[in-house]
Amino acid sequence: MTQPKGTLTRNTTAARINHWITGGCFILLLFSGLAMFHPMLFFLAELFGGGQWTRAIHPWIGTVLMLSYAGLIVQFWRDNLLNRDDINWMKAIDSVLANKEEGVPEVARFNAGQKFVFWSMAFLVPVMFITGLVIWDVYFSAYTTIEQQRIAVLIHSLAAIAAIIVWIIHVYAAIWVRGSMRAMTQGYVTPGWAWRHHRKWLRRLAATGSTGPRPRADRGPAPR
Amino acid sequence: MADLQSQNYIRRSASTLTPPSVRDHEQEVAKLIDVSRCIGCKACQAACMEWNNLRDEIGHFEGSYDNPADLSPSTWTLMRFAEWENDKGDLEWLIRKDGCMHCEDPGCLKACPAPGAIVQYANGIVDFISENCIGCGYCVKGCPFDIPRISQVDHKSYKCTLCSDRVAVGLEPACVKACPTGAIMFGTKADMKTWAEERVVDLKSRGFSNAGLYDPSGVGGTHVMYVLHHADKPSIYAGLPDNPRISILVDLWKGIVKPLALAGIAFTAVTAFFHWIVAGPNEVQPEDEANAQRLLRKTDDSR
Repeated sequence: MTQPKGTLTRNTTAARINHWITGGCFILLLFSGLAMFHPMLFFLAELFGGGQWTRAIHPWIGTVLMLSYAGLIVQFWRDNLLNRDDINWMKAIDSVLANKEEGVPEVARFNAGQKFVFWSMAFLVPVMFITGLVIWDVYFSAYTTIEQQRIAVLIHSLAAIAAIIVWIIHVYAAIWVRGSMRAMTQGYVTPGWAWRHHRKWLRRLAATGSTGPRPRADRGPAPR
Repeated sequence: MADLQSQNYIRRSASTLTPPSVRDHEQEVAKLIDVSRCIGCKACQAACMEWNNLRDEIGHFEGSYDNPADLSPSTWTLMRFAEWENDKGDLEWLIRKDGCMHCEDPGCLKACPAPGAIVQYANGIVDFISENCIGCGYCVKGCPFDIPRISQVDHKSYKCTLCSDRVAVGLEPACVKACPTGAIMFGTKADMKTWAEERVVDLKSRGFSNAGLYDPSGVGGTHVMYVLHHADKPSIYAGLPDNPRISILVDLWKGIVKPLALAGIAFTAVTAFFHWIVAGPNEVQPEDEANAQRLLRKTDDSR
């Protein structure tokens, strides 16, 4: 990927591939899952070759997503740890939503909203995976009682709804905050983008002479 | 067998519209199983296999007369044998013909996500239309009686049809036809209840003071009913549920959660859209770039 001079790497190639495998799986799971959730959306099963195929393929895609999201957790957990900046940023959420980011407390690589999406999914994806195994009838129905399966299917659907809502927020934020989409497709952002949205991140990159995505640990002052 | 254009549906799984239902001048039917007259000969099992062309795999002896050991995709009805010690210390051998109860409010149908895979006809019979079945196993979770079984071969769910094909042309179910003692009766639900009353009176006169009809109201009544000598304790009959009803978990999952979910998803999407209309895109301004360049130069200089 050609990255223009003077821009910053927001997401590495590995992170982007990992992200889009996850995203692709999510969309396939969204359609196949909703097909089996609500009668009015059953027509979505046709996208997968009918109901039998939808039922058969959904858990396999879910397994890929679980592995893929585990990769995202490994790559992103450190920058998503919560800190005091998140509280201050949340207090100024009104200004953020109104696109008036001057004066909003500075944040590092991820703001509280992004961390919310990350940790929500870090919780919901394993919940859906585990409850999904319980209701994966073909292979695992013999290992649980029917009552346990009833509990699992209810939790599975509630977690899925929560995940879909979080996902809508995630997708909309990417559309709303211009430059974010390119950060996850081509991988880079301009310094101005970093100044506007993640000034603390920019300062650390600048202080350590790094072009991203993480400050260089071997150079410059330690991040505060 | 294909769906024979019944036009007498009163319920159809995963359907938000009224199913074809004009041919509704039909009386509700019921099978009445008089446990007190059953001798455990398994003629009903054999007749079921015969009529429906079912042959289960040969199993193993499990230490009881139950044979095969459980319901399966190829075993739609099964004699279950239970040994029960009564108050006097006498042993009673309780034999119950297990199989689909054809609930008035069928949990399987409620849980089913595939349109038209489970239907209920105007005569009350709950039938699986297998070509629409997707093999998800939701019917298993919906059923309060642990009846449906999913085939590992064709991934379809199977259970007793109450011989809907026979009943549709005026014949009684195969098990009824085969029963040598008249323990299995078939007719309109009203007639079966009347007959059951007579049986209950007779059983009471013979000392079974708790004799009664098993037509559980928790599932709106059933189209397969039992006359039990101990109707106060259904569970002694190889685990017949005392108060069967569709699990509250299934009720939630298939009830309030569905509209709430769609509303929640739609609300989020609409809110996002209107945020876009009100606030618009958040774009990097020239001064952001200028400020960033100033910062980068400053740190470069200082290093």
